[in-house]
Amino acid sequence: MKSFKEKTFRSLTYLAALLTIACMLGIIAGIFGEGMPLFRSVGIREFLFTNSWYPTHTPREFGALALIVGSLVVTLGALIIAIPLGLGSAIFISEIAGNRLREIAKPVIELLAGIPSVVYGLFGMAFLAPLLREWLGLETGLNVFTASVILGVMIVPIICSMSEDALSGIPRNIREASFALGATRIETIFKAVIPAAKSGIIGSVLMGFGRAIGETMVVLMVAGGAASIPESIFAPARPMTSTIAAEMGETVMGDLHYRSLFALAILLFLITFVSNLVTELVFLKKRDA
Amino acid sequence: MNKRKLSNILGTSLMGSMLLITAIFLLIFLIRMFSKGFAVLSPEFFFSMPRNAMTEGGIWPALVGTFLLTTLAMLVSLPLGIFTAIWLTNYARPRWLVRILRIAINTLAGTPSIIFGLFGMAIFVNLMGFDVSLISGGLTLAILALPVIINNTEEALRAVPVEFRDASLALGATPRQTIMRVLMPAALPNVLTGAIISVGRVAGETAPIMFTAATFYSRRLPQGPGDEVMALPYHIYALMTEGTHPGSQVPIAYGTALVLLLLVLLISGAAIIIRSSIRRKRQW
Amino acid sequence: MVNIQIQTSELNLWFGKNHVLRDVNLPVHSNQVTAMIGPSGCGKSTLLRCFNRMNDLIPETRITGKITLGEEDIYAPRADVTTIRSRVGMVFQKPNPFPKSIFNNVAYGLMIQGKFPRHELRDRVEESLRAAWLWDEVKDRLNSSAMCLSGGQQQRLCIARALANRPKVLLLDEPTSALDPQSTAKIEELCLELKKSVTILIVTHNVAQAGRISDHTAFMYLGELVEFDRTEKMFTVPADKRTEAYLTGVFG
Repeated sequence: MKSFKEKTFRSLTYLAALLTIACMLGIIAGIFGEGMPLFRSVGIREFLFTNSWYPTHTPREFGALALIVGSLVVTLGALIIAIPLGLGSAIFISEIAGNRLREIAKPVIELLAGIPSVVYGLFGMAFLAPLLREWLGLETGLNVFTASVILGVMIVPIICSMSEDALSGIPRNIREASFALGATRIETIFKAVIPAAKSGIIGSVLMGFGRAIGETMVVLMVAGGAASIPESIFAPARPMTSTIAAEMGETVMGDLHYRSLFALAILLFLITFVSNLVTELVFLKKRDA
Repeated sequence: MNKRKLSNILGTSLMGSMLLITAIFLLIFLIRMFSKGFAVLSPEFFFSMPRNAMTEGGIWPALVGTFLLTTLAMLVSLPLGIFTAIWLTNYARPRWLVRILRIAINTLAGTPSIIFGLFGMAIFVNLMGFDVSLISGGLTLAILALPVIINNTEEALRAVPVEFRDASLALGATPRQTIMRVLMPAALPNVLTGAIISVGRVAGETAPIMFTAATFYSRRLPQGPGDEVMALPYHIYALMTEGTHPGSQVPIAYGTALVLLLLVLLISGAAIIIRSSIRRKRQW
Repeated sequence: MVNIQIQTSELNLWFGKNHVLRDVNLPVHSNQVTAMIGPSGCGKSTLLRCFNRMNDLIPETRITGKITLGEEDIYAPRADVTTIRSRVGMVFQKPNPFPKSIFNNVAYGLMIQGKFPRHELRDRVEESLRAAWLWDEVKDRLNSSAMCLSGGQQQRLCIARALANRPKVLLLDEPTSALDPQSTAKIEELCLELKKSVTILIVTHNVAQAGRISDHTAFMYLGELVEFDRTEKMFTVPADKRTEAYLTGVFG
């Protein structure tokens, strides 16, 4: 009787583990299943490298270059903003600030991380975009720049908390050795501590990248709507995520447009999967060190 | 003053200013949200149905919808996630299966939320025929929350001192009894904290429910799991992008956003407080 | 008539490639205190943990040989580990009460068997706490947390917890090394009392302790059982040169 309970319990946990694996497989199968058939009609080269996204015109074309570039540009912009802010904050919190400040700053960053993306989107769309339009005399405030700013602020907590973990994980004796040799605090930070925390910091940037390129609501609401390659940072853009979100409602299940959006999802999935893989490897290196 | 000293001061100030800029952003953001949103809040706003093509009235159905979606998602993902974490920490054989599971958890954790939405649409809405409904959205959100719950529960279990496990087994307890009577009770506070934080995350997600559950306008509250629902995050998005009367709808969007923000912040805040009070009271 | 409670025959143990126990033949006499001594790393704790199969928890463990408890071989393929563990109790080096009440700690081994009604649990808890010389100190606060007890009290609680199962054998793994001298003395006296009802096997790195409380002593060195004899005899006229060297403090 006891043995029956044991076996059942064990089986239940085993089942749960299998179901979790099934979820991953299901997502992969679902996305690839619905998206791959596109490439019977559209070549992969054409899909990736042509700038002609006309899914509803006749003739239909599915050149997603503008969308891919849109994602990359906005993500890059976000990182340009988030890395200095996030890493700088992390350095300040971990190496310079006193205990009291640290106790306040850490929960605040954690709370920042919990803000829903749609609320960021609203802030960008209803406040920042019109503001920038006025200040800078732009045609529209919904563009790459605004989106990068909002997206950047959104991923600051990720970069900050992971970098801070990496920095504070470096043992004291490294700093002590540096100070004992007459280095200033900044020199110690940049020449001794940061090199030692390199892999953790790089990992945090990669995580930020993954989060930014996968973000939907902010770019949907703030990046503007034009499916064309942005000519300047003040031009609108259409990353892959907002394309999927915006156009899915207009498609018919099973038709080419529908499949093309799933194809975008495949690309997005692969990008984030590889990014996560690289992050894991970076961290693995750290553990061995 | 020598050059190095100057660099030190400049560098330190620079780092501090990074934190300051971030804090100022946050401040501007919160002030804006509160000032614009607060003006709209009222008991009527919370508890009444929207009227007049979404230009007046309240957000009650969205509140209900978010509550139902979140509850359903947690009901599915908590048991599934906890049992998976128990398997990982206590049974974990064969090794290759553990590797695959870890890949699965990491992949799920890193997948963009829109892809969950697409998956939910393809599988729950279309393949299984649940249509755009509470159940499709809830299940989709459950999968989204799963990796977080697993990682958090695993960490909580690993934090329990191994001496407890040894003592229990040495007294003739089976692995199951040890888990249920000693390990899980000891890990429970941390598991709960993680669950609460997950609730906050799930409530704020838009992309997974866009094609699986949410609707901009529903005439009445959901009557069953097969009905589509309104939800706070989707309502904000829809008001801003599908609304036809921005004059009256933008303020409602701010109000809804404030409600959502308060909800999420209160939940996360509660979890953080609970976690520090547990750490202080901990007897081991 | 000498009664052997537990006996090992040709016991060998490997952790992966490490040959940790070599051809150990150890008879443990009923209702006696048997001490296991030897320098660090000699295998005495590992051997102790064989008697309740706690080594099973360590991956890549391999065992050959037999350990018989009474009549049965505890490593037989059909043997039920959890039953064995309820018959062979263990007290660890660092006291490890559960973060539960005193009552629930002591009653744990019985509650998991699920066949004891509430009143019988209470009787057994009292019986065990009395046997561990802890009853008077805690009888008024059985529902308070076990973590509030002092180190010495916690260890006696762990003894009571193990005794609640009414085991035939009690394994003590350096039970006093984390305790102060007074608590140590109390537990040593307790062992002398407990041996009337339960066979005691104690691992200790304190030779004087072995001399004070044990009837038989086993000296181990590099995984081998070098010498086993009545304590009086071994401590005055050790048969092996290595035993003599250890006892006189040449090494270890």
